[in-house]
Amino acid sequence: MIDKKFKIANRSFKSRLIVGTGKYKSFKECAKAIKSSGADIVTVAVRRVNISDKNKTRLMDYIDPKKITYLPNTAGCFNAEDAIRTLRLAREIGGWKLVKLEVLGDKKNLFPEMIETLRSTELLTKEGFKVMVYCNDDPLMAKRLENVGAVAIMPLAAPIGSGLGIQNKVNIQIIRKQTKLPLIIDAGLGQASDASIAMELGCDGVLVNTAIAKAKNPIQMAEAMKYAVISGRKSFLSGRINPNILGSASTPNKGII
Amino acid sequence: MKIKNKIKITVNGKQMHVIPKFSLNSLITKLKIPLNKIAIELNKKIIDKKKISKIYLQNEDKIEIVHFIGGG
Repeated sequence: MIDKKFKIANRSFKSRLIVGTGKYKSFKECAKAIKSSGADIVTVAVRRVNISDKNKTRLMDYIDPKKITYLPNTAGCFNAEDAIRTLRLAREIGGWKLVKLEVLGDKKNLFPEMIETLRSTELLTKEGFKVMVYCNDDPLMAKRLENVGAVAIMPLAAPIGSGLGIQNKVNIQIIRKQTKLPLIIDAGLGQASDASIAMELGCDGVLVNTAIAKAKNPIQMAEAMKYAVISGRKSFLSGRINPNILGSASTPNKGII
Repeated sequence: MKIKNKIKITVNGKQMHVIPKFSLNSLITKLKIPLNKIAIELNKKIIDKKKISKIYLQNEDKIEIVHFIGGG
Protein backbone atom coordinates (compact mmCIF):
# COMPACT_ATOMS: atom_id res chain seq x y z
CA MET A 1 0.00 0.00 0.00
CA ILE A 2 1.45 3.32 -1.03
CA ASP A 3 1.30 5.89 1.72
CA LYS A 4 0.02 9.36 1.04
CA LYS A 5 2.56 12.13 1.39
CA PHE A 6 3.23 13.76 4.73
CA LYS A 7 2.06 17.29 4.07
CA ILE A 8 1.99 20.33 6.32
CA ALA A 9 0.52 23.58 4.97
CA ASN A 10 0.84 22.24 1.40
CA ARG A 11 4.50 21.35 1.79
CA SER A 12 5.51 17.71 1.47
CA PHE A 13 8.10 16.10 3.69
CA LYS A 14 9.83 12.74 3.34
CA SER A 15 10.15 11.85 7.01
CA ARG A 16 7.32 11.75 9.52
CA LEU A 17 9.84 12.24 12.31
CA ILE A 18 10.53 15.80 13.41
CA VAL A 19 13.55 16.25 15.65
CA GLY A 20 14.32 18.91 18.25
CA THR A 21 17.80 20.43 18.39
CA GLY A 22 18.00 21.18 22.13
CA LYS A 23 19.88 19.43 24.95
CA TYR A 24 22.67 17.87 22.85
CA LYS A 25 26.24 17.86 24.14
CA SER A 26 27.38 19.77 21.06
CA PHE A 27 26.17 21.04 17.70
CA LYS A 28 28.28 18.31 16.13
CA GLU A 29 26.43 15.58 18.00
CA CYS A 30 23.10 17.26 17.19
CA ALA A 31 23.94 17.37 13.47
CA LYS A 32 24.94 13.68 13.47
CA ALA A 33 21.75 12.67 15.27
CA ILE A 34 19.62 14.60 12.78
CA LYS A 35 21.35 12.87 9.93
CA SER A 36 20.81 9.41 11.38
CA SER A 37 17.16 10.24 12.20
CA GLY A 38 16.44 11.02 8.55
CA ALA A 39 14.32 13.99 9.68
CA ASP A 40 13.83 16.82 7.24
CA ILE A 41 12.29 19.20 9.78
CA VAL A 42 14.04 20.32 12.97
CA THR A 43 12.75 22.63 15.66
CA VAL A 44 14.89 25.60 16.70
CA ALA A 45 14.58 28.36 19.29
CA VAL A 46 15.15 32.12 19.10
CA ARG A 47 17.57 33.57 21.64
CA ARG A 48 19.93 36.50 22.11
CA VAL A 49 23.28 36.35 20.30
CA ASN A 50 26.17 36.17 22.76
CA ILE A 51 27.82 39.48 21.95
CA SER A 52 30.81 39.00 24.25
CA ASP A 53 31.95 35.76 22.60
CA LYS A 54 32.30 36.66 18.93
CA ASN A 55 33.84 33.35 17.92
CA LYS A 56 31.07 31.19 19.27
CA THR A 57 29.76 28.76 16.67
CA ARG A 58 26.13 28.83 15.62
CA LEU A 59 23.52 26.17 14.99
CA MET A 60 23.26 27.32 11.38
CA ASP A 61 26.96 26.51 10.87
CA TYR A 62 26.19 22.84 11.56
CA ILE A 63 22.66 22.37 10.26
CA ASP A 64 22.11 23.91 6.87
CA PRO A 65 18.67 25.54 6.67
CA LYS A 66 18.75 25.07 2.91
CA LYS A 67 18.83 21.29 3.35
CA ILE A 68 16.78 20.86 6.53
CA THR A 69 13.58 22.80 7.23
CA TYR A 70 13.94 24.94 10.33
CA LEU A 71 10.79 25.07 12.40
CA PRO A 72 11.14 28.02 14.78
CA ASN A 73 9.44 27.48 18.12
CA THR A 74 8.35 29.76 20.94
CA ALA A 75 9.77 27.69 23.79
CA GLY A 76 9.96 29.70 26.98
CA CYS A 77 7.04 31.99 26.09
CA PHE A 78 4.22 32.28 28.61
CA ASN A 79 1.85 34.62 26.79
CA ALA A 80 0.65 35.47 23.30
CA GLU A 81 2.63 38.73 23.06
CA ASP A 82 5.98 37.03 23.77
CA ALA A 83 5.17 34.20 21.36
CA ILE A 84 4.23 36.59 18.57
CA ARG A 85 7.32 38.74 19.16
CA THR A 86 9.53 35.63 19.02
CA LEU A 87 8.02 34.33 15.80
CA ARG A 88 8.17 37.70 14.08
CA LEU A 89 11.89 37.75 14.87
CA ALA A 90 12.25 34.17 13.61
CA ARG A 91 10.55 35.16 10.36
CA GLU A 92 12.96 38.07 10.02
CA ILE A 93 16.03 35.83 10.34
CA GLY A 94 15.19 34.01 7.16
CA GLY A 95 11.63 34.30 6.05
CA TRP A 96 10.20 31.37 7.94
CA LYS A 97 6.42 31.22 7.97
CA LEU A 98 5.94 27.65 9.13
CA VAL A 99 6.30 27.83 12.90
CA LYS A 100 5.68 25.83 16.04
CA LEU A 101 3.69 27.67 18.66
CA GLU A 102 4.31 26.68 22.24
CA VAL A 103 2.83 28.88 24.96
CA LEU A 104 3.48 27.42 28.36
CA GLY A 105 1.42 27.89 31.49
CA ASP A 106 3.53 26.42 34.23
CA LYS A 107 7.27 26.20 34.74
CA LYS A 108 7.13 22.86 36.54
CA ASN A 109 5.01 20.64 34.34
CA LEU A 110 5.43 22.74 31.16
CA PHE A 111 1.81 22.20 30.20
CA PRO A 112 0.52 24.49 27.47
CA GLU A 113 -1.54 27.54 28.47
CA MET A 114 -4.39 26.82 26.11
CA ILE A 115 -6.26 30.14 26.30
CA GLU A 116 -3.13 32.07 25.30
CA THR A 117 -2.26 29.34 22.77
CA LEU A 118 -5.65 29.69 21.10
CA ARG A 119 -5.37 33.49 21.03
CA SER A 120 -1.84 33.35 19.60
CA THR A 121 -2.83 30.83 16.93
CA GLU A 122 -5.56 33.15 15.71
CA LEU A 123 -3.35 36.27 15.71
CA LEU A 124 -0.40 34.57 14.04
CA THR A 125 -2.60 32.98 11.38
CA LYS A 126 -4.06 36.40 10.57
CA GLU A 127 -0.48 37.66 10.14
CA GLY A 128 0.21 34.98 7.54
CA PHE A 129 2.03 32.45 9.67
CA LYS A 130 1.40 28.74 9.22
CA VAL A 131 1.03 27.67 12.81
CA MET A 132 1.71 24.18 14.11
CA VAL A 133 0.38 24.15 17.63
CA TYR A 134 1.69 22.39 20.71
CA CYS A 135 -1.38 21.66 22.80
CA ASN A 136 -2.82 19.42 25.44
CA ASP A 137 -4.65 16.26 24.44
CA ASP A 138 -8.11 17.81 24.73
CA PRO A 139 -10.27 17.10 21.66
CA LEU A 140 -12.41 20.20 22.23
CA MET A 141 -9.39 22.51 22.31
CA ALA A 142 -7.92 20.74 19.28
CA LYS A 143 -11.14 21.53 17.42
CA ARG A 144 -10.99 25.19 18.43
CA LEU A 145 -7.38 25.44 17.26
CA GLU A 146 -8.42 23.99 13.93
CA ASN A 147 -11.25 26.50 13.69
CA VAL A 148 -8.88 29.48 14.10
CA GLY A 149 -6.50 28.24 11.40
CA ALA A 150 -3.86 25.91 12.92
CA VAL A 151 -2.04 23.94 10.20
CA ALA A 152 -1.11 21.05 12.50
CA ILE A 153 -2.32 19.81 15.87
CA MET A 154 0.51 18.75 18.15
CA PRO A 155 -0.79 17.25 21.37
CA LEU A 156 1.58 16.20 24.11
CA ALA A 157 2.08 12.54 24.93
CA ALA A 158 3.20 13.50 28.44
CA PRO A 159 5.04 16.51 29.97
CA ILE A 160 7.94 17.84 27.86
CA GLY A 161 11.14 15.91 28.49
CA SER A 162 9.41 13.41 30.81
CA GLY A 163 9.94 10.33 28.64
CA LEU A 164 6.69 8.82 29.93
CA GLY A 165 5.20 7.94 26.55
CA ILE A 166 1.56 8.45 25.53
CA GLN A 167 -0.56 8.79 28.65
CA ASN A 168 -3.96 9.20 27.07
CA LYS A 169 -4.32 7.08 23.97
CA VAL A 170 -8.09 7.46 23.94
CA ASN A 171 -7.94 11.25 23.60
CA ILE A 172 -5.34 10.99 20.85
CA GLN A 173 -7.62 8.58 18.97
CA ILE A 174 -10.60 10.90 19.42
CA ILE A 175 -8.57 13.83 18.06
CA ARG A 176 -7.45 11.62 15.17
CA LYS A 177 -11.04 10.80 14.29
CA GLN A 178 -12.21 14.39 14.34
CA THR A 179 -9.46 16.11 12.35
CA LYS A 180 -8.00 15.88 8.86
CA LEU A 181 -5.14 18.20 9.85
CA PRO A 182 -1.71 16.69 10.40
CA LEU A 183 -1.69 15.23 13.91
CA ILE A 184 1.78 15.14 15.39
CA ILE A 185 2.63 13.88 18.86
CA ASP A 186 4.89 16.46 20.47
CA ALA A 187 6.64 15.97 23.79
CA GLY A 188 6.90 13.22 26.36
CA LEU A 189 8.10 10.25 24.32
CA GLY A 190 10.84 8.16 25.93
CA GLN A 191 11.86 5.39 23.57
CA ALA A 192 11.41 4.16 20.03
CA SER A 193 8.36 2.01 20.81
CA ASP A 194 6.53 5.13 22.04
CA ALA A 195 6.95 6.62 18.56
CA SER A 196 5.59 3.42 16.99
CA ILE A 197 2.56 3.54 19.28
CA ALA A 198 1.87 7.14 18.26
CA MET A 199 1.98 6.16 14.61
CA GLU A 200 -0.18 3.09 15.21
CA LEU A 201 -2.82 5.35 16.73
CA GLY A 202 -3.00 7.04 13.35
CA CYS A 203 -0.86 10.10 14.03
CA ASP A 204 0.80 11.66 10.98
CA GLY A 205 4.12 12.22 12.69
CA VAL A 206 6.01 12.62 15.94
CA LEU A 207 8.35 15.24 17.32
CA VAL A 208 11.17 13.97 19.51
CA ASN A 209 13.90 15.88 21.27
CA THR A 210 14.89 14.75 24.78
CA ALA A 211 14.43 11.01 24.11
CA ILE A 212 17.13 11.28 21.45
CA ALA A 213 19.37 14.03 22.84
CA LYS A 214 19.57 12.55 26.34
CA ALA A 215 19.83 8.89 25.35
CA LYS A 216 23.20 7.32 26.18
CA ASN A 217 23.78 6.99 22.46
CA PRO A 218 21.81 9.80 20.80
CA ILE A 219 22.90 8.96 17.27
CA GLN A 220 21.74 5.36 17.55
CA MET A 221 18.51 6.39 19.29
CA ALA A 222 17.84 8.82 16.43
CA GLU A 223 18.10 5.91 14.02
CA ALA A 224 15.84 3.77 16.25
CA MET A 225 13.23 6.56 16.19
CA LYS A 226 13.44 6.73 12.41
CA TYR A 227 12.63 3.05 12.05
CA ALA A 228 10.03 3.15 14.83
CA VAL A 229 8.11 5.85 12.98
CA ILE A 230 8.31 3.97 9.67
CA SER A 231 7.33 0.73 11.39
CA GLY A 232 4.42 2.26 13.31
CA ARG A 233 3.11 3.95 10.19
CA LYS A 234 3.22 0.73 8.15
CA SER A 235 1.56 -1.14 10.99
CA PHE A 236 -1.24 1.44 11.09
CA LEU A 237 -1.76 1.33 7.33
CA SER A 238 -1.75 -2.47 7.29
CA GLY A 239 -4.83 -2.68 9.50
CA ARG A 240 -4.31 -4.62 12.68
CA ILE A 241 -6.22 -7.80 13.57
CA ASN A 242 -9.06 -7.60 16.05
CA PRO A 243 -7.83 -8.35 19.55
CA ASN A 244 -9.36 -11.50 21.07
CA ILE A 245 -8.98 -12.88 24.55
CA LEU A 246 -9.11 -16.45 23.25
CA GLY A 247 -6.31 -18.17 21.35
CA SER A 248 -6.47 -18.94 17.65
CA ALA A 249 -3.95 -21.53 16.43
CA SER A 250 -1.66 -20.39 13.66
CA THR A 251 -1.09 -23.96 12.49
CA PRO A 252 -4.00 -25.89 10.89
CA ASN A 253 -5.34 -28.95 12.71
CA LYS A 254 -5.99 -30.80 9.42
CA GLY A 255 -3.54 -33.64 8.83
CA ILE A 256 -2.51 -33.87 12.46
CA ILE A 257 -0.87 -37.28 13.19
CA MET B 1 25.93 58.16 32.88
CA LYS B 2 26.81 59.94 29.70
CA ILE B 3 30.43 59.66 28.65
CA LYS B 4 31.64 62.78 26.90
CA ASN B 5 30.77 62.77 23.22
CA LYS B 6 29.35 59.28 23.40
CA ILE B 7 25.87 57.90 23.52
CA LYS B 8 24.70 55.05 25.70
CA ILE B 9 22.94 52.07 24.14
CA THR B 10 21.88 48.68 25.48
CA VAL B 11 22.62 45.66 23.31
CA ASN B 12 21.17 42.33 24.43
CA GLY B 13 20.88 43.67 27.95
CA LYS B 14 24.47 44.96 28.06
CA GLN B 15 25.39 48.64 28.12
CA MET B 16 27.68 49.96 25.43
CA HIS B 17 28.92 53.41 24.47
CA VAL B 18 29.26 54.47 20.88
CA ILE B 19 30.07 57.69 19.08
CA PRO B 20 27.19 59.82 17.79
CA LYS B 21 26.12 59.10 14.18
CA PHE B 22 26.91 55.44 14.72
CA SER B 23 24.73 53.30 12.48
CA LEU B 24 23.11 49.98 13.30
CA ASN B 25 25.18 48.51 10.47
CA SER B 26 28.38 49.74 12.15
CA LEU B 27 27.26 48.05 15.36
CA ILE B 28 26.67 44.70 13.64
CA THR B 29 30.05 44.99 11.89
CA LYS B 30 31.78 45.91 15.15
CA LEU B 31 30.26 42.88 16.88
CA LYS B 32 31.27 40.65 13.92
CA ILE B 33 27.81 39.13 13.64
CA PRO B 34 26.79 37.54 10.32
CA LEU B 35 23.75 39.51 9.18
CA ASN B 36 22.09 36.61 7.35
CA LYS B 37 21.80 34.58 10.56
CA ILE B 38 20.17 37.14 12.84
CA ALA B 39 17.19 39.39 13.41
CA ILE B 40 17.37 42.83 14.99
CA GLU B 41 14.93 44.69 17.20
CA LEU B 42 15.40 48.37 17.95
CA ASN B 43 13.29 49.59 20.86
CA LYS B 44 10.99 46.58 20.39
CA LYS B 45 10.49 47.23 16.68
CA ILE B 46 11.82 44.73 14.16
CA ILE B 47 14.26 46.33 11.78
CA ASP B 48 14.48 45.59 8.08
CA LYS B 49 18.05 44.35 7.74
CA LYS B 50 18.40 46.06 4.34
CA LYS B 51 17.99 49.45 5.96
CA ILE B 52 20.44 49.20 8.84
CA SER B 53 23.13 51.38 7.30
CA LYS B 54 20.66 54.28 7.31
CA ILE B 55 19.58 53.86 10.92
CA TYR B 56 21.64 55.89 13.38
CA LEU B 57 21.63 54.97 17.02
CA GLN B 58 20.23 57.37 19.60
CA ASN B 59 21.03 57.74 23.28
CA GLU B 60 19.18 55.12 25.41
CA ASP B 61 18.35 52.91 22.41
CA LYS B 62 17.70 49.32 23.26
CA ILE B 63 18.80 46.76 20.69
CA GLU B 64 18.11 43.04 20.67
CA ILE B 65 20.05 40.80 18.30
CA VAL B 66 18.78 37.24 18.12
CA HIS B 67 19.61 34.05 16.27
CA PHE B 68 18.57 30.40 16.25
CA ILE B 69 19.80 28.04 18.92
CA GLY B 70 18.97 24.43 19.67
CA GLY B 71 15.46 23.89 20.96
CA GLY B 72 12.63 21.39 21.13
